[in-house]
Amino acid sequence: MNKVYMDNAATTRLSEVSMKATIDAMENVYGNPSSMHGLGHQAAKALREARQVVADILNGDKDEVYFTSGGSEADNWAIRGAAYLGKKKGKTHLITTNFEHHAVLHTMAALEKEGFTVTYIPVDEKGMITSEQVKDAITDETALVSIMTANNEIGSILPVKEIGAICKDKGVLFHTDAVQALGHIPMDVKDMSIDMLSASGHKFNGPKGVGVLYIRKGIRLPNLIEGGAQERGRRAGTENVPAIIGMAAALKDASDNMEKENARLSKMRDRLIEGILKMPYTRINGSLESRLPGNVNACFEGIEGEALLLSLDFVGICGSSGSACTSGSLDPSHVLLAIGLPHEIAHGSLRLSLGKYNTEDEVDYVLDKLPGIVERLRDMSPVWEKMMKGDK
Amino acid sequence: MEYSEKVMDHFMNPRNVGKIEDADGVGEVGNAKCGDIMKMYIKVENNILVDVKFNTFGCASAIATSSMATELIKGKTVEEALELTNKAVAEALDGLPPVKMHCSVLAEEAIKAAIEDYMSKKA
Repeated sequence: MNKVYMDNAATTRLSEVSMKATIDAMENVYGNPSSMHGLGHQAAKALREARQVVADILNGDKDEVYFTSGGSEADNWAIRGAAYLGKKKGKTHLITTNFEHHAVLHTMAALEKEGFTVTYIPVDEKGMITSEQVKDAITDETALVSIMTANNEIGSILPVKEIGAICKDKGVLFHTDAVQALGHIPMDVKDMSIDMLSASGHKFNGPKGVGVLYIRKGIRLPNLIEGGAQERGRRAGTENVPAIIGMAAALKDASDNMEKENARLSKMRDRLIEGILKMPYTRINGSLESRLPGNVNACFEGIEGEALLLSLDFVGICGSSGSACTSGSLDPSHVLLAIGLPHEIAHGSLRLSLGKYNTEDEVDYVLDKLPGIVERLRDMSPVWEKMMKGDK
Repeated sequence: MEYSEKVMDHFMNPRNVGKIEDADGVGEVGNAKCGDIMKMYIKVENNILVDVKFNTFGCASAIATSSMATELIKGKTVEEALELTNKAVAEALDGLPPVKMHCSVLAEEAIKAAIEDYMSKKA
């Protein structure tokens, strides 16, 4: 049986254009872009072209695009860099939300240990914040506001444009982790007043191990990785040329087809949501209005997420969960706790994230299999038994 | 993280699922906040556990350890059942990932709780 892969927020399958571009570069563009010979020049040219593609899609300049090893490095670099930049001017206050990716939250926590203070804006029950909350949090000491464009677990899309405008008005640097957004929803660094933006190739059907940090011209972010003069002396290490070329190809493909693809994905997403809500004691996490086109995140009361995931895997369906058992700790996902879910309900969460290769037939298949699996687990659950007794 | 074939078998086809309406002892351990609850039902005749059933809310290893634990004590004497350790349950499943060992502890505790309940009712 074919796998039904609905874990596209974790990673995606390479698109055909990206695979072709990556393999072609591996085979033919093997020179070091820093070398002074013809093969080096060829690689440098390919790199320039890839940089231009990414810059155009972001509506930035190619000299503002820096290639990294992925989204986590981009987040680390942006946040640490902006914090140290601020510290030089006596600004040691940072602002973020309480439901960011760990690449942001753990960097913030590390900076707290170095003496920075961090304001974690709490999200509401839909996983949203308002630009007013950001405005109220900014002080004269604020060095950076770092707020994700869209959440990786529950798919809520935050008002980044309004937040950017406020930061611009207050003269505070604004970074956004757009790892789940770029290639999926329109991003425009000028229109959204974004100073820095992180993205990752493998979230939009590009290769793994490659990402981007956009840094607006004029921001002299200190380096995170020291060494050679690559990336205009700001990010050392021989460029991962095939992956960069593959990422640019994937991003162009995703951007060119975005409108059509989003209509297709949101239709499938809404069918899944509707089907799940027909089952008793279920809920959808995250905003229904401001939501990534491919994100479904639901809780099934009375059961535990890992058992649900493994049962789905048994019938070929790949999803993910925010339960403690899948996180390797005793606590369920910090995102689900941030939107106010009690522990016992957060344990029963399931994320299905749709992408390029999902079909309506696969949605039918999931809707056919899911109710029976949930019922089987509920039938052996003492929590469910208690809930049903309480109901009578 | 990967489970052994035995864990997957006991998770997908758990033995002795359900409850015993006229059970001689019932034990419930764990809490929903942590993501695991096990409830064990035992039926005792002439000091022998003639029937054992369970209900579990939890991950695959919680369900598999409950299932294996019921198999290991069914037909045994009360004393023998009390001697069952979490390690023995884990070994019978061809091992558990280290982060899941607490599930086997829960299984041992659930059996002990059910037997305690039986003893206190008998006394």
